Amino acid sequence: MDEALLRTLTPTVIGILGRRGADFAAAEDAVQDALVEAVRVWPDDPPRDPKSWLVTVAWRKFLDAARADTSRRHREVRAEGEPLPGPGEVADDTLQLYFLCAHPSLTPASAVALTLRAVGGLTTRQIAQAYLVPEATMAQRISRAKRTTSDVRFNQPGDVATVLRVLYLVFNEGYSGDVDLAAEAIRLTRQLAATTNHEEVAGLLALMLLHHARRPARTGPDGRLVPLAEQDRSLWNTRLITEGIDVLQAALTRDRLGEFQAQAAIAALHADARTTEETDWVQIVEWYDELVRLTDNPVVRLNRAVAVGEAAGPRAGLAALAVLDPALPRHAAAAAYLHERDGDPVTAARLYAEAARSAPNLPERDHLTRQAARLNAQLRR
Amino acid sequence: MAKYLLLKHYRGAPASVNDVPMDQWTPEEISAHVQYMQDFADRLEGTGEFVDSQALSPEGTFVRYDGEGRPPVTDGPFAETKDLIAGWMVIDVETYERALELAGELSAAPGAGGKPIHEWLEVRPFLVAPPTITE
Repeated sequence: MDEALLRTLTPTVIGILGRRGADFAAAEDAVQDALVEAVRVWPDDPPRDPKSWLVTVAWRKFLDAARADTSRRHREVRAEGEPLPGPGEVADDTLQLYFLCAHPSLTPASAVALTLRAVGGLTTRQIAQAYLVPEATMAQRISRAKRTTSDVRFNQPGDVATVLRVLYLVFNEGYSGDVDLAAEAIRLTRQLAATTNHEEVAGLLALMLLHHARRPARTGPDGRLVPLAEQDRSLWNTRLITEGIDVLQAALTRDRLGEFQAQAAIAALHADARTTEETDWVQIVEWYDELVRLTDNPVVRLNRAVAVGEAAGPRAGLAALAVLDPALPRHAAAAAYLHERDGDPVTAARLYAEAARSAPNLPERDHLTRQAARLNAQLRR
Repeated sequence: MAKYLLLKHYRGAPASVNDVPMDQWTPEEISAHVQYMQDFADRLEGTGEFVDSQALSPEGTFVRYDGEGRPPVTDGPFAETKDLIAGWMVIDVETYERALELAGELSAAPGAGGKPIHEWLEVRPFLVAPPTITE
């Protein structure tokens, strides 16, 4: 059975039910029920036309639910057997779904869960596994999100920026359970890029492709973190890099710069360098300057300080770091790195150990502890 | 089967035999330690005894209710006095003896000099749902 096809069809079928008069919450439930039935029935009895099958079954589920729910007001539903909408309408429906699932009234966690279910076609169980929470908890999160958005008209125009933030969150969650969230985020961003002509959608897609290309090199065989400078660049996926750069260049020619394009440009400069030494740090600093201008984000300033350290020497990097709040995440790690490059292993070792204590995840903590240990071992000799 | 919590402490447990902070080990010793822990968890998954394992950040704060309409009171972090949990593993095993045996193995994880840490781990039985047949 083709699960990928099933998932691709999900937003389309929700859109069709919406056009027939079902509200979003009911349509989404009905389609989820139809997906579960498809998983059960298709392996033995594959349909000739999967989309029509899903529409028919989901519509039946919707009518069953509407009839069963006698306490609710009589629903106005249009007649059955209406022709399926054309390709343009389908694209519009899908785009509207993205907007709805990323609605500003939702918390980020709710928007992520709803997007993965309604646009991504994942089951509640799969989403729960990916985020390491009980299935019942995730089910509640999704139904609360649907209640929150119940007053939103389906055809209300939305803001692409909110959708991009949700997709960025999904991508950053990475990989746990049997669903590869990074790959799923790329699929959803590709689909969005195909339905809307927006330079920042392209920018985010390029950013994801360029980072995903480096994933095979980012962890060692024992699961340890491998920093960019030490990665085996022959493991980078050149096909994804080429695609990412093409998508980015097409976006940049429109001359409407945004933060995702700028981040993608930095990723592209790293991907372009065959060795760490060949990296064009001067240009990377220029892109960080653009990013600071666009976002004024302290984390961006921290990354910029590290890039300055590469472009203009560790003293310049430390000077750029000195004006930032030491409580920023990864401040100690950045300082440790720059102090080591500046020839001060004692300070660097102390800062690496400090950074390890406040590391937000285990691979990073192990990596930072190892860095402290490496310097301490050198100092003992 | 019965579930047990194996608790690892940053502070509050008696000192280990091989008590050297991790940033004073060699990088190879750290790798050997991480590998040992991973292999241990994998093996328990293989025997059907593994339930869960989590590590905690050393930063923690005490919090309590401070009355209607007031924000909760926070206190700490307490520098050296507080018992501090580093992480845990939950196992589901046939007997208490098996729980002790596994805790012993976990405590033998290699540390500085490649020698076992002999770390003190706390073994705590779960309070479980009452049985159906009680008389």
